[in-house]
Amino acid sequence: MIRKILYIAIFAMFFQANTANAGSTGSEDLKSPTKITADECFEGFSRAMFTFNHGLDKAVFKPVAKGYRALPVPIRRGTGNAMDNLRSLLTLSNNLLQGDFSAAGNTAGRFAINTTVGILGIFDPASALGLKEKGKEDFGQTLGVWGADPGCYFVLPILGPTTARDAIGKVGNVFLDPVFQITHNTEIDNGVIGNSTYSEHNYYYYRTTSAVDFRAKNIESFDSLEKNSIDFYASLKSLYLQNRSKKILNTESKVDTQDDSDWEEIEN
Amino acid sequence: MKKKFFIFVFFIFSIFLFQNSVSAYSSDPKQFIQEVVDEAKKILVASNSKENREKELSAIALKVADIKGIGLYTLGGYRKELNEKQLKEYDTLFEKYFLKSFTSRLSDYSDPKIEVLSADVKNEKYTIVKSLLLATDKKPEVKIDWRVYTKNQNKPLIRDLIVEGLSLARTQKEEFASVIESNNGDVTKLFDTLRKFIDK
Repeated sequence: MIRKILYIAIFAMFFQANTANAGSTGSEDLKSPTKITADECFEGFSRAMFTFNHGLDKAVFKPVAKGYRALPVPIRRGTGNAMDNLRSLLTLSNNLLQGDFSAAGNTAGRFAINTTVGILGIFDPASALGLKEKGKEDFGQTLGVWGADPGCYFVLPILGPTTARDAIGKVGNVFLDPVFQITHNTEIDNGVIGNSTYSEHNYYYYRTTSAVDFRAKNIESFDSLEKNSIDFYASLKSLYLQNRSKKILNTESKVDTQDDSDWEEIEN
Repeated sequence: MKKKFFIFVFFIFSIFLFQNSVSAYSSDPKQFIQEVVDEAKKILVASNSKENREKELSAIALKVADIKGIGLYTLGGYRKELNEKQLKEYDTLFEKYFLKSFTSRLSDYSDPKIEVLSADVKNEKYTIVKSLLLATDKKPEVKIDWRVYTKNQNKPLIRDLIVEGLSLARTQKEEFASVIESNNGDVTKLFDTLRKFIDK
């Protein structure tokens, strides 16, 4: 109960931050839900959090990801597939909220096939049958599709870069994710913490495993980015905002999202 | 005999002139990217010292990338605040920065397998060439789009790499803007930062 109140309080706080930000920004900027830039909420705090997260990554997450990568390829691939399969339930909720019923059908079909034929999602026979993954969805994206402005940008401890809109989305994800609902409700129904079958802890194991899998797939990319950046914080901010914009538009084409005005002025 | 000799000299001279007036690469953007990828791959798979690799990759970059154009784009609106001398200084610094950053990023790939897939002509100035960096045991598959500047149709030039939908030029531009803004709009502080990067 206390946790629910906390979630609602955080939700309300960010909603206010988003509204306040919207009120103080130029009206032109508010028109596009896929706006790629975002003002800083509190840059000093965000840079401090970024340094903290970066230290934590070096000390804990990166070594764990390296250890995970030492596992045989089939195990890693199966783990990644199984995590993606569970994650697709959150995508399904958001497909429906966005009114994208074609994508919802695709996601549901993939989940049904991969959970059964693919043995709990370890294998991905759905792709072989022509049901390719159409991209992950979350509640932050749904808010973007509904027309919400990203609001200001900041960095959360451990969770990393976000915007006011995406922070609300993170809270919404918990309520919309069937995996959380199943594990959480089962725990409440049983009146015990750590029910061996569906405890809420399993939800956090799943989220942590997904994060480790993602980090392991991007060890070199992050290293290269850090080595070649003159302002690593700004680089990650730019990449985060571009990525969110791309995901909301559901496009692979940068041409759809990039403002070409500066390029047009440059003619050699 | 003398006449024949002059014709021969003229012929050789013409070939030389012709070769210098057009790029050694194809004018077709897709083929152009394929040739660049093949050339870079040859360097990366050869058992060369790191210094030699970087030198050879830099030589390719100087021929195929519009470094000056990328530099101006990266500087954004701030380029209008610079005088001619500062712009020249920026061009020099940016070229060194770009080559160091570019070769360092590429050197991380020892044997990249890239499939050039298709070309999408956006307008007479730009074509987007789509390619795929194939997955390895360690890294997932990566989509790479190349923004090719085709204003001079005989000499296409690369202006941006778009990795999984994320523009490297845009990222660099926002990074530069952040450095300038955190120094109260002083563009010369960016020059100092670039010098530090080049010297490290």
